[in-house]
Parts: sequence; structure tokens; C-alpha cells
Amino acid sequence: MMHAPAPTTVNATAPLLTLSGISKSFPGVRALNDVALSLYPGQVTALIGENGAGKSTLVKIMTGIYQPDAGRIAIDGRPVELASAHAAFENGITAIHQETVLFDDLSVAENIFLGHAPRSRLGLIDWRTMRANAREVLETMRAGHIDADARLRDLGIANKHLVAVARAMSIDAQIVIMDEPTAALSAKEIEELFLLIEFLKEEGKAILFISHKFDEIYRIADRYTVFRDGEMVGEGRLTDTAEGEIVRLMVGRSVEHIFPERTPKIGAPLLAVSGLSHPTEFEDISFELKRGEILGFYGLVGAGRSEIMQAIAGMTRTSGGSIALDGETLAPKSAAEAIASGIVYVPEERGRQGVVIGLPIFQNVSLPSLSKTSKNGVLRLAEEFALARTYTERLDLRAASLSQDVGTLSGGNQQKVVIAKWLATKPRVIILDEPTKGIDIGSKAAVHGFMAELVAEGLSVIMVSSELPEILGMSDRIVVMREGRMVNIYDNDGLDAETLVRAAAGIVA
Amino acid sequence: MTTIDRHIPDRLDSPLRSALFSWEALLVLVAVAIFIVNSLASPYFLNAWSISDLTFNFVEKGLIALAMALLIIAGEIDLSVAAIIALASTAMGMAMQAGLDTPGLVIVGLAVGLACGAFNGLLVTRLGLPSIVVTIGTMSLFRGIAFIVLGDEAYRGYPQSFAYFGQGYVWWVVSFEIVLFAVMAVVFWFLLHRTVFGRTVFTIGNNPVAAAFSGIRVERVKFILFCLTGLMAGVASVLLTSRLGSTRPSIAQGYELEVITMVVLGGVSILGGSGSIVGVVLAAVIMGLVTFGLGLLNVPGIVMSIAIGMLLITVIALPILWQRLKKARTV
Amino acid sequence: MKSLAKHREVWLAAAIALLVMLVAVRFPGFARPDNLLTVFNDYSILVILALGQMAVILTRSIDLSMASNLAFTGMVVAMTNAAFPGLPVPLLIVQAMAIGAALGAFNGALVWKLAIPPIVVTLGTLTIFRGATFVVSGGAWVNADAMSPAFISLQRAEVLGLPVLSWIAIITIAAFFVLMTRTSLGRSIYAAGVNPTASVYAGIDVGRTKFLAFCLSGMVAGLCGYLWVSRYVIASTEVANGYELQIVAACVIGGVSIAGGVGSVGGAVLGALFLGVIGSALPVINVSPFWQLAISGGAIILAVVLNARGEKNKGRIILKKAATA
Repeated sequence: MMHAPAPTTVNATAPLLTLSGISKSFPGVRALNDVALSLYPGQVTALIGENGAGKSTLVKIMTGIYQPDAGRIAIDGRPVELASAHAAFENGITAIHQETVLFDDLSVAENIFLGHAPRSRLGLIDWRTMRANAREVLETMRAGHIDADARLRDLGIANKHLVAVARAMSIDAQIVIMDEPTAALSAKEIEELFLLIEFLKEEGKAILFISHKFDEIYRIADRYTVFRDGEMVGEGRLTDTAEGEIVRLMVGRSVEHIFPERTPKIGAPLLAVSGLSHPTEFEDISFELKRGEILGFYGLVGAGRSEIMQAIAGMTRTSGGSIALDGETLAPKSAAEAIASGIVYVPEERGRQGVVIGLPIFQNVSLPSLSKTSKNGVLRLAEEFALARTYTERLDLRAASLSQDVGTLSGGNQQKVVIAKWLATKPRVIILDEPTKGIDIGSKAAVHGFMAELVAEGLSVIMVSSELPEILGMSDRIVVMREGRMVNIYDNDGLDAETLVRAAAGIVA
Repeated sequence: MTTIDRHIPDRLDSPLRSALFSWEALLVLVAVAIFIVNSLASPYFLNAWSISDLTFNFVEKGLIALAMALLIIAGEIDLSVAAIIALASTAMGMAMQAGLDTPGLVIVGLAVGLACGAFNGLLVTRLGLPSIVVTIGTMSLFRGIAFIVLGDEAYRGYPQSFAYFGQGYVWWVVSFEIVLFAVMAVVFWFLLHRTVFGRTVFTIGNNPVAAAFSGIRVERVKFILFCLTGLMAGVASVLLTSRLGSTRPSIAQGYELEVITMVVLGGVSILGGSGSIVGVVLAAVIMGLVTFGLGLLNVPGIVMSIAIGMLLITVIALPILWQRLKKARTV
Repeated sequence: MKSLAKHREVWLAAAIALLVMLVAVRFPGFARPDNLLTVFNDYSILVILALGQMAVILTRSIDLSMASNLAFTGMVVAMTNAAFPGLPVPLLIVQAMAIGAALGAFNGALVWKLAIPPIVVTLGTLTIFRGATFVVSGGAWVNADAMSPAFISLQRAEVLGLPVLSWIAIITIAAFFVLMTRTSLGRSIYAAGVNPTASVYAGIDVGRTKFLAFCLSGMVAGLCGYLWVSRYVIASTEVANGYELQIVAACVIGGVSIAGGVGSVGGAVLGALFLGVIGSALPVINVSPFWQLAISGGAIILAVVLNARGEKNKGRIILKKAATA
């Protein structure tokens, strides 16, 4: 980008915000252990780490939501205490994350000025000035197309981001935290966001940028800090550091060993989907899944992958096309019907759609199999425990007892419970939607190893994933989706990541 | 990471141990304490007939509370139950005037209760409306219809045989009402804690989305629960009408709040997802004991309601305060 | 282009106008300004109460204890008046508002400090406050003979052609309008209901905001305690029994979302007036007042159904919110 170089050289700049020796524990978990982080004016620092590395805890400390057990925070060399969200706000720290900072039912202007609205002489909120100021802030950011009076709910995601940034501008925040801002954006919107970040850099803001995507990090960030398991394991300038080095820091071991070796034994076609369409989400989807195969589905967020899978699993209605399992046409109208015919869907949002927090592990596992572990509608606990034991032990679940609330488990172990629950139905096709999203590296390997075992036993797997290494490391064939349509199906034989990314982004040579 | 014993036990605490430290155990203690206080406070209390009379205080509400517990565990609520009693009672009055005899009256009462429950259920599940608002609406609607029919009149003159439900005794001091309550308590206990249906109720209350993804027909289960609650309100209406021997449109006014208090006192989370029938039954007994005990001491009913209200809040607040004290401030 | 809530108020106003006109077809007197002002005066108390309830509902809470609070405060004020007839009435009004606010603060503190669900708290205080009314009065009534003339006549006095009661309602509406749209407390109430998480990030203490909303509803209920007993010239334990649901009904009809964050002063006022017009029209068109309850029940159900329809027309639901606790 062509922004003006900062007047002083980067090395000479003193950090604007310094956190040092920060520790934070929760009952049973040490979330952060003696970590440090520095943010420099006019620079973007990328905070990198696996999920569970402690990034979000740190963000909550920086925004005053959590108080650290130990450690110092200094702004401009002056020690500060961020005792509340309001204190963080008054110290010029703001986070940009639409779910956590914006208000759907309030107007754009109010979203920008809530908490620091301009006042009239009587001390009342001055709406006229507020609207004018909002327009002005949006104008400076080259976002004048956003109507200050519009209700936020009616805006697209990218525009909501702009409003969040406008809010940061309006409070004259010097420190801006962007927590996975690109997660739900299209390629074009990401470009717009990057322009905005450049603009913030020019304004001399210190930016913390949290993302999982290396291309973005290298594109926009100047510095990096890597967290692993609650510790800071490395930091430096990105220009001096190769991607492999950062990945190594993140993972703490060599990445190649994560994926299991396997020799696929692929049989005859089992599931045939043809011309499947939905009024708004996807169109004309046709593919075959063979016995013993892992079929990967790759694409950007919003490409319609999850919706297709939910349609196959009976959760979403379709407007056309057909699904056939072993030559028999299916039209599942509910998850129950799909399960009965042998198709199960392990949803992406584990907390919302997968586990039932509040119920013990064994009841989670037996949930879709209750008809098998009961007699005439009466529960048989011994059979439930046996079923749960079989599958959780197979998945190497770490738990104190099967009667433990599933909510007390770590993310990775919760995911194992969810997978166990679906396997217990003895499916023929298992659809895994982002099966390792947000779980620790050890659980990840366990899930991958288990997938390999399953297909070796003749089960067929569809895996939706946005993680390239996972898609390439696990799939036999890969379907690439873009904006609700299939771009291509590739054999995973000497396939490289670039081909997939280009196909998913619509850059076809 | 060496392979240690990866066997996961079924449970760590024995069921007996968990039972001893449960909410229900606390309720038993409270019930016993109130019982002792009652017998010390009034010489008339320790008497088979007194204790039998006491049961009439809670049985009708308790019957509804059994079904309401399931509904609240599933994450919904029905504020219209007292209004359903009024409407069902009014319908029975009309049926009586039309010449129906006892069996017919009972059928009418139950059918109206069921129909009202189904109406609530349809609005909530078909149109996806919040149950608290829907049932505030139907609460006015159902009782409103009773008022339209009756105005400031009343139905009287129910057949002799009809009086049995609310006034009859099965054996010695054992009333029909308490027997019915005991039977229904066992039925609901079995339904909630021992059947697949009961399990789905808990699941829906904890996470309706995951329940749907697991193949549970969430809306259908909720609809059934509304019907069941309506039906139990119908049963309560038969008992209450039979006991009072008359129907006024203001019958059972305010019962909904007492029923919900009973359910919450019984340890059912108002946010859904947890609770037990044993707790609800104990809460019903406690409320019966409190009202009856205060009655023996000539404390007016309205003052008793203070006790019930305090009981509700304290019983919820105590565990929260207890946990606060126990753990050091985190987060 | 303005928000949907704006539209809803227009529709509600139109529905009220239509209702008035329908009645006026048979009984032209009903639509006469002086009659409409009488209707407004008759339902001023409901209007005021609905505003307090709205503030609470906006924060994703509910106050079921308002009618009991009203009964208790009304009783205390009436008894004070009976005991000390010399005390100026405005002082009694201040007393009523202070007692009401204190009872509201009790609700609010339980919601704020102990995080007990509001429905449970106010279900409890609903019975406690009414029971307390009986306790303070010993079950006795305070009637016209015991009240001082000033106590009874103040709200009936006419200022600029309108009774003081109507003026109190108008002032309350104006005060709430300023409070809800122009003060940070008002905007915090909305923000806390729309998105509690984001509110914390914006420096709003959600629990404290709920507490203040309960104080507000309590204060308003206390004010209405005085207004009620002096209007109906009786204070008893039975005063406004069951009225809490009318108040909630007015809010729901007025488009205040029970899920919080959505609703307006105009909506709540119109919701109360809608019930008022129906209540006043029934005797005019010779329908027994016993129809009132069923009709307002039907109106609530219709209102929620229509509200739900309005919310449903959303576009793609692909991008579900990341549900992270």
C-alpha cells in the first residue's frame, strides 16, 4: 500500500501500549502465564496462536473485561489499571468485533457515539450534532455511503465493520484491537478493510490484529507475537520471519506429523447428490461419495457448504434436485429421518448445535440413539452407559466420569463427545462440518486419526473445512465451492493449496 | 503421554451421596422443620383429619405444577393455567345446565383444558411466539370468556355424584384428591425421569438447537407439553369445581403464580434445563404445610402469601449467596 | 426509511382512530374531543404504569410487582393522609414516589446483585408487597371519610381545561420521552436490552442499568398508588389486583418486545390508550364490560402475532452469529 512512511523509523518508536508479566487463571485452567505484548503507534501487530492459546483472554484483559492476576499494563510508559470496560475505553483502547461492540436495533449514529454522545447545554443528548458528527467520521473513512440514520440491523457485515471502526475513530482510540475481523467477509470486503487499516496506521493508531490467515497477516501486519498454551513464545518483525518459523512457534512441533498416514480403500459410490438447489443458499450441486472415502469441501465462509450439508442431513429444505443413498432416493424432512437412513451431520457450531451443555456426557452421546437404548420409550441407563463408554473410549476422551456435565470439558473433548454421539448411531455417511475448528492440537490429531480409522472400516466421510492443511491432508477428493455453486472437484493427488485458493476465490486461470 | 488407564467410570459420586446433597434433601429438611413447628405451635395439628385437610391446600395447584415443571424444564412457561381452570369450570357449568351428568361433565372439563393447552401450544410452536407473552394473552382471553358467559353470576347445583372428586374419601382420611395427586406424581416422575420423552424435555431445555440437530422434534415435544399442562389444568378444574360446588368466573384467581412458585421452589430452573418431580412434590407439600400451619394460627391468607413470596426469593437467593461465599471472586 | 418501530406506532394510532370511528358511526358522541379527553383521563394511570414497565422490559426484564407496589404505596399514602390530614398533598406524592422507588430498588437489587431472573423476583414481590399492604392496614380500608378533601380533589382540579391527573400523565410521557431518547440512562436501557455483551464493552453496567429501570418502574408505580386511591377514593388490599397483566399487555400491544431492546414511549402510550378506547367503548355500544378482559387478551395475541411477522422478513441467515460464551 502506498501510505506515507512514518516520520521516525520503526525501531526508534517507543511502544504505545506495553503489557508485561500478565497472568490469568480460571478455576482449573491457567489461561495466561507471564505473557508480554507491545503495540507500536502506526503499526499493526499480529497476535497469532491456536484457539485456546489465550488470545481472547488477553483481549478481554486489554478491554477491561477481565482483571489479570498479575502483571503490568502501561500506556506511553505510564502505568494504567484497566479496572472496567469503561476504564479501557477512557484509556483509548477499543475492540472491533461486531458481535461484541455493536447494537443491531440502534441507529448507525448511535452505534458510533453510544457512551460519548454529544450533549446540548442542558446535558441532554444532542441528536442533530450526533448525526452530523457521525456523517463526518464516516466521510473521513471514505464510508460516506452509510446512512447515519439507518438501523444497524439493515447493514451488511462489511458495513457493520466500518461502523465499528468509525466508533473507534470517534472516541479517538489510540489502540485498536481487531479480533478476527475478516472471518465473515468476502475477498472484496477484506480488501476494503485493509484499506481502512492502512488509514488507521496513517493516523498513528497502534493496532492489534488477530487472525488465523497467514496471507492476511503477512499482507497487513508489521510485527507478530505468538502465543501457545497461554505463554508468549515469540515475537518480532514479520519481514525478518518466514511463515514456517511462525507456524513452528504456534504449533510447538513440526506440522507434517499431524495428519495420519493412510492407504485409502475406496469402494463403490454410496451417496449420490444431483442438481440439489436451494432458493438462496446454493444451486445445482451434484457429487458422488464413495464407500471408504473422505470427500473434502473447501470454500470461503458463506460459500454455502454448511447449508448443503444441512440439506442432506434433513435440517434445511431444498427447492430441487435429489439425494440417493445406495441407489435409494431420500428426501429427509428432519434430522431424525436422515439419522434413520444412516446420514449424520456433525455441525460446525459445537456449542450451539453440537453439545447439550447441562446434560452429562453419557446423555449427550446417547441422544440420537435413544430409540436403541430404550425399550417401549423407557430409558435403560445401563445400555446408555455402555454405549457412551464404547464410543468415548474409542475417541480417547479425557473425562473424570461419564456423569460429568459436558460443559466442564475442554473444547477438544467436547468435540470428541459430539463425534462419539454421531458414531453411536452407526451411520453410513458422516458429515463433519469444520471438525477441528477451535480445538487444541492434541484433540485435532485425535479427530484426524479417528477419521482415518472410520474410513478404513468402510464408512464414508464428508468433511467441510476452511483449513487448507486439513483439507489437503485428509481428503481423497476435494469439492471447491464458491458463492453457492460448485467450482470443481479435484482428485487430491499432487494438488497444491494455491489451486484450491484460486478456485475458491474465483480466480480461474 | 503414556497410556495410562483410560477407563472412564460411569459416575464418581454414588447416587446415594448425590441424593444426600441435593436440593430435594434440603426441601425434605425444610418440610420436616415446618411440620415440627406446626405441631409445636398448634395442638390441633397432629391429627389425622388435620393432615388430611391440609392436602386440599395444594393438590389442585400441585397437579398443574407437575405438568408445568416439564414445560418450564423445556424452556417454556404457561401463565394461563388459572384461566384455563376458570374456562373449563364455566364449560362444565354450561354442560350441567344442558343436562349432562357427572361423566359428561368430567369429559367436558378435561377436553376444554386440553383444547386451551393445544391453543397455547399452536401459537407458541407454529408461530414461534414467546410463550410468556402468548400465555399472558390467553390468560386474559380464557378468563375473559368465562366472564362473558357468567358476568357476575355463578353456576351452582352440580350433581351429587360430581362432588366426589373434590370432597370424597377413598378410605378413612385418604381423600380422592390426594390419591389422584400421588398417582399423577408417580406418573409424571416416571415420564420425566425414566422415559425417552423425559430425556428430550431436558435436552430441549438445555439446548433446543442441538436437540433439533440430534433428531428431536422440538416443536412437537413442546406442543405436547402445552397440551399436557392444559389437560392438568382441566383436571384441577374438575377437582376445584367439585370441591367448591360452584363456578364463578373469578375461580382460581392467582393460581398461576402459586403454581410457578411451587415449581421454582421445587428446584426447577426458571431458565429451563433442570429440575425434578420429587422436588416439585416436596415444594407442593411445603406450601401446603405453610399455608395450613399459618391457617391454624389464624393468620389470614394474604399474609401467608408473604411467606410464600419470601420463601420463593430466599430459596433461590440462598444457593447463589452460598456459592458467592464459597468461591473467591473470579472473572 | 425510519425504523420499523416508527411504522408500528403509526399502525397502532390508525387502529385506535379506526376503533373510535367505528364506535362513532353508531354513537357520534364517542368521538367528541371532550369524550376522548375523558377516556385519556380514565386511562392516565395505565399510561403512566406502562411507561415504567416499558423501561424494565427494554432491559430484557419484567416487573410483575407493579400493581402490588401500587396497592402498598397507595395504602401507606392514604393512611398517612388519614393520620395527618394537615400534610400537604404534594409531600404525599413525593412520599408515594419514594416508597415506590424503594420497593422497585428491592426488586432491582435482587436482579442486579444476585442475578435472580426478574420474573422470579417480581413474582415473589408481587405477593410480598400485597401481603404487606394487608399487614400495614390490618386488613382495614381507608375510604373517603378518612381522606382529606385536598387529597381527593387535587387530581380532579382542572388546569387549562384538563384535570390534573391528565396533566400528570402528559408530564410523565414528556419526562419519559426525554429520559429514553435524550439521556445516557435512557440509551443505556436500550443498549443493555439490544446487546448486553456489547454494552459492557461500551462501558455500560448492565446490572446497574436494570436496577435503575426497576427503580423507575417502582417510582412510577408509587406515583400511581397515590393517583389510584385518590381517584377511586378507596385504599384496600384488593386495589389493582391482577392489574400487572394489563400493564404488560399495554406494552406488548404497543410493540415493546419482550426480548428487550425494542420499544418506544409512543408505542407504550398508544398500547395503553388502545386498551383504554376498548374499555370505554364497550359500555357505549352496550356490550357488557365483562367483554373487556377477553378482548384485551385477543388484542395481546394479535399484537404478538403481528410483531413476529414484522421481525420474520429477514434475508439470508447464512451468517449465524458466532455463539461464543
